[in-house]
Amino acid sequence: MNALTDTATMLRRNVRHTLRYPSMTIGSVFGPVIMLLLFVGVLGRTLGSGIAAASGHHGGYIDYIAPGIIVMAVASGSMATAVAVCVDMTEGIVDRFRTMPIARGSILAAHVINSMFTTVASTASVIAVAVVLGYRPTTDPVSWLAAVALLLVLTFALTWLAVAIGLVSGTPEAASNGPMLIVFLPFVGSAFAPAASMPAGIRQFAEYQPFTPVIESVRGLLTGTPAGHNPVIALAWSAAIAAAGYAWARTVYTRPRAS
Amino acid sequence: MDDAPRYRQAIETALTSTNRPAAIEVTGLRKSYGDHTVLDGIDLTVQAGTVFALLGPNGAGKTTTVRILSTLIAADGGEARVAGRDLARDPDGVRAGIGVTGQYSAVDALLTGRENLILMADLHHLGRREGRRRADALLERLDLQDAANKPLSTYSGGMKRRLDLAMTLIANPRLIFLDEPTTGLDPRSRRDLWEIIRGLVADGVTIFLTTQYLEEADRLADRIAVLNGGRLVAEGTAAELKRLVPGGHVLLRFADPRSLDDAARVLPVTSRDDDALTLQIPSDGGVASLSILLDRINAASLDVRELSIHMPDLDDVFLALTERNAR
Repeated sequence: MNALTDTATMLRRNVRHTLRYPSMTIGSVFGPVIMLLLFVGVLGRTLGSGIAAASGHHGGYIDYIAPGIIVMAVASGSMATAVAVCVDMTEGIVDRFRTMPIARGSILAAHVINSMFTTVASTASVIAVAVVLGYRPTTDPVSWLAAVALLLVLTFALTWLAVAIGLVSGTPEAASNGPMLIVFLPFVGSAFAPAASMPAGIRQFAEYQPFTPVIESVRGLLTGTPAGHNPVIALAWSAAIAAAGYAWARTVYTRPRAS
Repeated sequence: MDDAPRYRQAIETALTSTNRPAAIEVTGLRKSYGDHTVLDGIDLTVQAGTVFALLGPNGAGKTTTVRILSTLIAADGGEARVAGRDLARDPDGVRAGIGVTGQYSAVDALLTGRENLILMADLHHLGRREGRRRADALLERLDLQDAANKPLSTYSGGMKRRLDLAMTLIANPRLIFLDEPTTGLDPRSRRDLWEIIRGLVADGVTIFLTTQYLEEADRLADRIAVLNGGRLVAEGTAAELKRLVPGGHVLLRFADPRSLDDAARVLPVTSRDDDALTLQIPSDGGVASLSILLDRINAASLDVRELSIHMPDLDDVFLALTERNAR
């Protein structure tokens, strides 16, 4: 009971931070939107015809890359939590919380819930920009819901990972640099070009890395390309990342501190 | 004969007052980081309703002691009861009974002062109305009402420290740890904070204070312990500690080494500093002994550049006790 009340109190605090200083949230929209403009507006014509030749994908290039960009938006939105958590941990207020009889996990739980909200908002903005640029999902409401659910599961998983990264990062700079690798991982997946078109070695990595099945699933659910087993693999990856991120965060957070 | 019941009552009162439970009881507290021993077996008792000052140079282990006793870090050894609870077995029980204001402002810089206080009230489950009532009362008591709804970026250091203390006070803790509460504050803010602390003591709150300012300990504390190199090197009231060092003296400063030599030959010097060109002469600070000293200076035509009178204060105690171990 106290755990719920305390988490709600901490969440109010996080929401207030986000509303008052929305630059992190807005920043996590910028990256994917710039990618979208760059790949569609600048490189779209050439890449689009290349994709059509390589995979038989028809329709504009934006229909191909939008799912990848959406997943990038989810990744960059979730990963912003690392900075928020790290900044929080370096502030004296957390020491105060630790000397108070409050539910231990409430600080982290509130960060995760708040990040779910902000990532939903930032990802929705990125989808809206994609639609303005010509993205036309051809799907029914059920598939839309399935895609949203899948992205929410991914957000939850990546956010716990981000919490752990935020906890182990000594400085906010480190907390913002580390997750960059994760945000750019979709590049070496099927976000911008089919994995099958990549050189050996990179191709295998692209096929088996966690973002590819998510991207393929979203693409399949929103524009009807064949998804195969990808949704199942995507869920398995998300569950694994969530479990690992949560366990890591929990270990770091409850470890008796040295000083 | 008729007085017997009264005697008995007096004896009983005396017994209960000495049996009053200690707010903090620590035996053999130890903490080390690798090879570096920070606390090397600390024993201390803080009676409820008193101010206990832990005094020591930087790095003596003051903050480590507070962090252990306030459940932030675990000790390597020793026993401690804080606010009536066992520190190792019942840290949440300890947390429920204490308030902590650390060396660095433990405030949420992105919220306003009032929001910070309400956050604390909510985390203590005070209820919406009671929490807001206490927040507003504390803002007024600590003279923050004008800045209550302003962001903390507009607060001065002294205001932040007062807000920090208000956040500690909102739950009405009976035992408060103040870790260097006035470090970095200007003299006026320091005095304001002292006044607030005195007010708390008047309400019966127990204060565990760490400080490097001897004046602060002298003015506020009932008992003072001096921590040096991880050990308590002295403990007692300010008066008891002052008795540990030699009495007062007069300090004479000279213009050159020759005048210093001349004076050293004719005056009852207890200590001499050739670099600073100073001599110390024992004195009780009274006018009679001073005029005798002045007569002797005049009689020998000594060229004294400067004369100052020093009565023993905690600075002397502190320097004497911590010098011994300084290496």
